[in-house]
Amino acid sequence: MSALTAHRPFDSGKLATALLFLPPALLLFTLFVMMPVVEAAWYSGFNWNGFGSPKNWIGFDNYRFVFDNRAFGLAFRNNILIIVVSLSIQLPLALSLALILAEKFRGAVALRMLFFMPYILAEIATGLIFSFVYDGDYGLLAAIFRAFGAQAPHLLASPQTSMLAILIVIVWKYFGFHMMLFIATLQGMDRNLVEAGQIDGATRWQNLRYIVIPLLYPTIRLSAFFAIVGSLQLFDLIMPLTRGGPADSSHTMVSFLYTFGVMRMRVGFGSAVGVILFCVCVTFAFTYKRWFMRDE
Amino acid sequence: MSDQATFSDRGFDLAALYKMLFLAVVVVFVATPLLATVLGGFKSLGELRTNPFGLPQVWEWENYGGILWSKRYWQLLGNSLIISTMTVVLTLIAASMAAFVFAQIKFFGSAMLMSYITMGLLFPAATAILPLFIKVRDLELLDSYFGVVLPQVAFALAMSILLLRRFFKDIPYELLEAARIDGCSYIEFFRYVTLPLSRPILATVGTIVFVNSWNSYLIPLIMLNSDDLYPWPLGIMVYQGEYSSEWHLILAFVTLTILPTIILFLFAQKHIVAGLTAGAVKG
Repeated sequence: MSALTAHRPFDSGKLATALLFLPPALLLFTLFVMMPVVEAAWYSGFNWNGFGSPKNWIGFDNYRFVFDNRAFGLAFRNNILIIVVSLSIQLPLALSLALILAEKFRGAVALRMLFFMPYILAEIATGLIFSFVYDGDYGLLAAIFRAFGAQAPHLLASPQTSMLAILIVIVWKYFGFHMMLFIATLQGMDRNLVEAGQIDGATRWQNLRYIVIPLLYPTIRLSAFFAIVGSLQLFDLIMPLTRGGPADSSHTMVSFLYTFGVMRMRVGFGSAVGVILFCVCVTFAFTYKRWFMRDE
Repeated sequence: MSDQATFSDRGFDLAALYKMLFLAVVVVFVATPLLATVLGGFKSLGELRTNPFGLPQVWEWENYGGILWSKRYWQLLGNSLIISTMTVVLTLIAASMAAFVFAQIKFFGSAMLMSYITMGLLFPAATAILPLFIKVRDLELLDSYFGVVLPQVAFALAMSILLLRRFFKDIPYELLEAARIDGCSYIEFFRYVTLPLSRPILATVGTIVFVNSWNSYLIPLIMLNSDDLYPWPLGIMVYQGEYSSEWHLILAFVTLTILPTIILFLFAQKHIVAGLTAGAVKG
C-alpha cells in the first residue's frame, strides 16, 4: 500500500480516509452484485433446488435445456421485438415531440410534464391500469369497440395479440423519458448554428435535416442505448398484464427466468438463463462502446 | 425557435395546425388511461361497464373511503416508505463516501476500483436473482426489510457513485489543499465542505434512488414472504388477485398508490427530470 502515499509522501490521512470510506460501498457491491453474478455461472452447472449444497453436476446441460425451451425462444424474440418497436416507433415519436416542445410557448412545460408522467409511475401500477384499459368487459378499448357496434377484443387473452398490447403500453410509458433526453440536448444546443443556417437561406426542413438532427446524434444513440437496456430488463410490466401468457406468448427473458427458474426453484436452470442474459447485456454494452463511443 | 415568426406571419398557419393536432392526439393517448383510472375509482362496477370514459353519474366515495380507512393501505405505504427511506439513506452514505475518495484522493488502484464499480451498470439485478436470493437466505435476511434494502443499495451504488463523483470533481482541488494546510482532516473536509456544497446532486441522486425503490417489485417479491412486510407493489398485486374483476375497487386502489408518486413528482420535478435524464447532460 506504499503507493497510496506516493503522491504526497507525508499525508497519512489519505490512506486512512480511503480505508475508512471505500469498504462500505465495495463490500455491499461485491456481496450483493458481483458475487451473485459469479455464483450464477457456478450454479448453472448443477441440477439444484437450492437446498443443501449443489452436488449434482450436469455440466452445460442447463444451457441446452434453456435453448431447447420453446418459451425461451419466444421470450428472446419478444425482447428483440421490443427493441425494434422502441427504435422504429417510440424514438421518432419522442424526437418529433421534443422538437415541438423544446420551443417556448404557453403550455409547453405542462405538456412536457404530462408526457413524462407515465415514466415515473410504477410499472406494476401501469400494468394494472392497462389491464383495465384492455379488459374485454369493462375496459376502455371494449367501450370503443361497442360504440361502433363491434365485438370487443380480449387483446391480452390471445397469443396473437398479447405482445402487441404490451408494446403499446411500453410506448405509452417510456416515450416521455426519451423525449426529455432530446429536450435536454436541444435546450443546450448552440442557437447560432441554427440561426446561421437560416441566414444562409436553409429551409426549415433543411435546417432540421442537416443541422439539428446531426447535433442530436449522440442523444439518439443514448436513447437507443436506454431502449435496449430497458428491453433486456423488462419484467414488472409483464406480470400484471399477462404473466408471460397466454401460451408463453408474451414472456421477456426476465419474466421467463422468474417463471421457469425462480417460481420452480430450479436454481441451476434459472442461473443459466441469468448467465445468458448477462452475456447478452455485456456483449451489447461493449459493442455499443466500440461502435459508438470511439470519438468520445 | 425563431422560425416560428416566419410562419405565423402568414395568418393561417398549416404547420402550426398539424403540430396542434399531433399534440392533441398524444395528449389524449397519454391522459385518457390516467383520467379513466382516477374517475373509475368513483364509479360503481355497473356504471364502469356502461360509462368507462365520462364523469360518474353517482360519485361513489366509499370506494376510496373504504381503502383510505383500511389498515392495509397504510401498512403497505408505510412498508414502502421504510424500505425506500432506508435505501436512500444507506445509498447516499456509502456512495458519497466512495465517490469522495474516487474524486479527491489519488492512489494506486483508484481507477481500477472505479471500473470495478462501474461494471454494475452493465447488467440488471435480474441476471443473478437466484444466487442473490440464496445469498440473502444464507445471511438470514430473508423476509426482513434489510433483505430488500441491502441488495437495492448495492445495485444503486454504481450509478450513484458515478453521478456524485462527477460533481465532487468540480470542487477545486486547491480548496482541499488549503484546508489540509489549515489542519483540516479529509473526513472533516468531506463533512463540512464537500457534502454541503453537493446538496443539489445529493437531492437528485436521492430522488432517483427513492423513486426506483418506491416502485420496485422484483427484489421485494423474491425476498419477502410475510404479508405485513409487503411494500405497495406487492400488496396491490395481492389485492388484484382477491378482487380480480371488481375493477372499480382496483382502480381506486391504483389511484391511491400512485398518488404519492405524482405528488412527489410535482414537488421535486426538477430533481427527478435532471436525475433521470442525467446521462444526457454529459452528452
